[in-house]
Amino acid sequence: MLWLHRFGSLPYFYRVSRPIALALAVPGVLLAVYGVYGGLVNAPVDYQQGDAFRILYIHVPSAWLSLFGYTSMAIAGAVALVWRLKLAEIFVVAAAPVGASFTFLALVTGSIWGKPMWGTWWVWDARLTSELILLFLYLGVIALHNAIESPRSAARACALLSVVGVINVPIIHFSVEWWNTLHQGPTVTRFGRPAMEMAMLWPLLCAALGFTLMFGWLTLWNMRAQLLWRERRSRWVKKVFSDA
Amino acid sequence: MHESWQQFWAMGGYAGYVWSSYAIAAVVIVGNIVAPVIAHRHIARRIKNEEFDD
Repeated sequence: MLWLHRFGSLPYFYRVSRPIALALAVPGVLLAVYGVYGGLVNAPVDYQQGDAFRILYIHVPSAWLSLFGYTSMAIAGAVALVWRLKLAEIFVVAAAPVGASFTFLALVTGSIWGKPMWGTWWVWDARLTSELILLFLYLGVIALHNAIESPRSAARACALLSVVGVINVPIIHFSVEWWNTLHQGPTVTRFGRPAMEMAMLWPLLCAALGFTLMFGWLTLWNMRAQLLWRERRSRWVKKVFSDA
Repeated sequence: MHESWQQFWAMGGYAGYVWSSYAIAAVVIVGNIVAPVIAHRHIARRIKNEEFDD
């Protein structure tokens, strides 16, 4: 438990978050590049969709990250509300723009994929609509943070919205099973017979893992900036910059 | 698998859809990398200028 206590210390976090971020960035970028390259170049062409299916390698990792990011914000939000841990508050605020941008990416790439496959950019079906609501939840967290003057109250409001909004995550995930939608069913998380052959699946898993590591990296970078701002009048921040 | 580079870029006739998806992705990812660096630099400069010393 001692390390946990130390990690809660803001100067300690500021110091170690930089090497940790780099340690996430390097394998994250390598895996993402490897996965996308494998998907674009090496994976066999899809027998139904042709080469259009290669949008999958950016669409699915983005969509996965949109759900992973929001879930991590909800967990951090719960920690912030229960234990009033400042770093958890900062995590919620720092992860929101990263999550929002990848949700946007999932929606846009899905739309671009939908045009040649479904014949339309957009339909109001369960998967697409619930993912759009996720984008609004992210934007809500960002807007709430900007709207409330006191950083403490702002962070607590954001934490609360993250926790309440997480109900949307299982709805998005199961939307393709619960309702009739145009969107195809699950391919990766399906049990039993794999819905994709390994040569197609393997790059996808690499890209998704790479994106997840990159999410950690980018969120840590945002946290460092946010932490400096919140602590700008504190003695430890002044000391960090007077030594340099 | 593609027969040639020309075929690779053509993406079986879906080039516009595939490459625009990846181009937008690149913009989003670069934005995510650059934004916190700029924010951090901006705040650090203001702290160094002692703007928050009261």
